[in-house]
Amino acid sequence: MCTVCGCSQATSSIELARGRDPESQGRCCPHRQDDGERHDAHFHGDERLQHSSHARHSHDHEHYQSDGRQALLTCGAGPAGLKVKGTSRERIIWVERDILGKNNAIAADNRTLFAADELLVFNLMSSPGAGKTSLLVRAVSELKLSYPTGVIEGDQQTSNDAERIRAAGVPAIQVNTGKGCHLDAAMIGEAYRRLPRLTRGILFIENVGNLVCPAAFDLGEACKIVVLSMTEGEDKPLKYPDMFAASSLMVINKIDLASLLECDLDKTIGYARRANPKIEVLTVSARTGEGFGALYAWIGRQVAHQRQAVEDARR
Amino acid sequence: MAVCLGIIQIVEEEVRHRSLSRVRSIYLEIGALSHVAPDAIRFCFAVVATRTIAEGAALEILELPGIAWCMSCSSSVEIARRGDPCPCCGSYQLQVIGGEQMRVKELEID
Repeated sequence: MCTVCGCSQATSSIELARGRDPESQGRCCPHRQDDGERHDAHFHGDERLQHSSHARHSHDHEHYQSDGRQALLTCGAGPAGLKVKGTSRERIIWVERDILGKNNAIAADNRTLFAADELLVFNLMSSPGAGKTSLLVRAVSELKLSYPTGVIEGDQQTSNDAERIRAAGVPAIQVNTGKGCHLDAAMIGEAYRRLPRLTRGILFIENVGNLVCPAAFDLGEACKIVVLSMTEGEDKPLKYPDMFAASSLMVINKIDLASLLECDLDKTIGYARRANPKIEVLTVSARTGEGFGALYAWIGRQVAHQRQAVEDARR
Repeated sequence: MAVCLGIIQIVEEEVRHRSLSRVRSIYLEIGALSHVAPDAIRFCFAVVATRTIAEGAALEILELPGIAWCMSCSSSVEIARRGDPCPCCGSYQLQVIGGEQMRVKELEID
């Protein structure tokens, strides 16, 4: 579909918009389409007025038919292709801004901050009860021996999770989102400033238990990790594909319950790879510690990868 | 809701920056593979816009299709949602290349 006017080669929304004038129902204008191709040029009765391209410019000229009548009403047919009868281009302001642009800008600042401290940041996401905190308590107890480690906990209410992390001997800051269903980049920037310096260390962000909104919000992390527990059913990745598409790693927790559950692990992994063919998968049990060796090895590879990137940047 | 707040924030900034008096319509571009549903935005917008410069403004949403590159077909195809197979060959080896937009495109002013 054309990103300029919203028309496609099959149907044209602009044709409908000027349907009252049969002579003007030519092909739509030749804007650039999403696939990089152009569709047909349009005619307005006079071939001298045919356009070869409208890409990246707006309709600021008029189109006439052979009898001199205006054939194409330019009523707001702007780059968004949104035309409303009675509007003119003069009264339309071209904004072109990402709705989450502000969050993304703060996330970029966070990323700069983390890079300055050579800090590796993971954003853990899952539905409530998948075992993110239990997984983190076990992981940070081990990782703190090798790296400066910290945790930012996100929940609507209570400091219970941060207290569990602190009990494991690792600094943690709790962010209570109140009515919010996700952490955003500004919350992370503020929380990070309250943590002790974690130079050349690892920061885990435990997002609010929710498989929808956290996927949309960049926090400045190196990568997103989705935690899925065996008890949730194998089709979770089909139900919430955005989360799996946004994540680099899927950690399947509570693997110790596999024998008790009718959950097909291969199916779960297959479904996750439908949403994200590149997603890596690890299976663990936060209760027994099964699979944590592979998780530490994966984290070690990410650390090595990041340090290599820092070295390369210095050269 | 956060997305609607983001929309209002952008509108308020544009109004302040350009010294506008009133916004008649807000034009959005929302991709089929973005993280929000247009209906949810419509639902939340009226609530969030109350007592802001955007109160009473019409919300016009241009919905863009999801586009993915099919590694099996070596061509771009249209998909309705993530996790859908290639409509041509049925493969799931797809790389999303379009339809993730959530943008405020234009404002119509008085």
